[in-house]
Amino acid sequence: MPTVFVTPNLTRHVPCPTTTVKGATVRAALDDLFVRVPRLRGYVLDDQGALRQHVNVFVNDESVRDRTGLGDTLGPTDEIFIFQALSGG
Amino acid sequence: MARTKPMKQTAFAGTRKGLFAFRRRGLHWALAGEPAFLGEPVSAVLHDPRTGRIFAALRLGHFGVKLHRSDDNGATWREMNASAFSKDEKKMDPNVDPRTVEKKGPSVDMIWTLVPGGAEEPETIWAGTTPGGLFRSTDGGESWQLLSSLWNDPARAKWFGGGYDVPGIHSVLIDPRDAKHISIGISIGGVWRSDDAGSTWAQTGNGMRNAYMPPDKAGDPATQDVHRLAAPLADPDVVWVQHHNGIFRSTDGAANFKEIKKVKPSVFGFAVAAHPHDPKTAWFVPGVVDAQRIPVDGRLVVTRTRDGGKTFDAITSGLPRKDCYDLVYRHGLDVDAEGEHLVMGSTTGNLWIGDRQGSRWTHVSAHLPPIAAVAWSR
Repeated sequence: MPTVFVTPNLTRHVPCPTTTVKGATVRAALDDLFVRVPRLRGYVLDDQGALRQHVNVFVNDESVRDRTGLGDTLGPTDEIFIFQALSGG
Repeated sequence: MARTKPMKQTAFAGTRKGLFAFRRRGLHWALAGEPAFLGEPVSAVLHDPRTGRIFAALRLGHFGVKLHRSDDNGATWREMNASAFSKDEKKMDPNVDPRTVEKKGPSVDMIWTLVPGGAEEPETIWAGTTPGGLFRSTDGGESWQLLSSLWNDPARAKWFGGGYDVPGIHSVLIDPRDAKHISIGISIGGVWRSDDAGSTWAQTGNGMRNAYMPPDKAGDPATQDVHRLAAPLADPDVVWVQHHNGIFRSTDGAANFKEIKKVKPSVFGFAVAAHPHDPKTAWFVPGVVDAQRIPVDGRLVVTRTRDGGKTFDAITSGLPRKDCYDLVYRHGLDVDAEGEHLVMGSTTGNLWIGDRQGSRWTHVSAHLPPIAAVAWSR
């Protein structure tokens, strides 16, 4: 199952340990994470469910391509990293 | 519900780097405890006189808009659900920043003002946001509903950004005689009013004049850049407006306004505070016209009228007389419940308290982060 890592800059607002999640897409994996940590959703996604402008999500060492639909596919050993962009602070 | 324990009079300053509280200590005003949300931008603060709760809206640079509430005078805080647009609003937005909205739908960018509802509805809180959404909570901020009646009004397409790239609702006036009567101020969209608790809305505010549109649009109520609305509790039919290019006053609940001219040193500014009990008294913080937005001649003054706008005092006592470049934003001035003390904060991080109805000002801090909003405890 994919593993999600969340930047300490975010976990200082919403505690969230490194977690393995279910899902074949970034959207499904994040939805699974948000079931466990509901408050995290509003920090990562905007009101319409897209990635916030100043949040980045990488799968392994690549930035996700679909920032709105989050349709990038995942393999079982993939690692998802959620962190803040350097802009926007 | 029981009101929280009364708080010693406190001046709150919501800043770019946290929420600061000041209380009188002996003859001086001093920081009361550690700042809350240190490092985080605070965009609005409210001490609710009905419940004693404190609300603070954050605008995190990366992680969006957040709302926190304290039920113990600021000792502890709990994150609430912040106001947010639903996905139903995706195609309902004709005008707000087409670069993002038409593709993705709207998201709340900032809670610009938080206002208590009527005395009989202590769990009702209003939030005005950018983009121009008006939200209401009827459960003390636990959940929020967009006033879709206003958001979906086709006339809203005439609103446009002022100060920020998108329009925003910065002022919400709830009539203390009947909380169904609501007036809101929009930069830029003039004044809108509802007489049925927000079910239906109408543009109002005849008599205002703008100097930044083509001449035949100067009197169009929809394009007035109302910087801030304020009304006295004692006579809420009186409404003061600090506007982008003038000062206006209504005596009929914001239906019609009269311009107040020749106020020295300037009629430009962002903030206005209305005396809660004296409908003829109000305070403004003038600046050089919009191109500069600094005090006239580098001298910070507060203008005060006590006769409904016929005459003004330009108060300088305790304020910088030269080389001052402070700007006071629209939520940077507040008067307390008695009408005796004012608090004023600037984008340079200076904070002042005005005693004797703003006749004499005391410099409380020179080293705060830029101040977005101030508020007295109630």
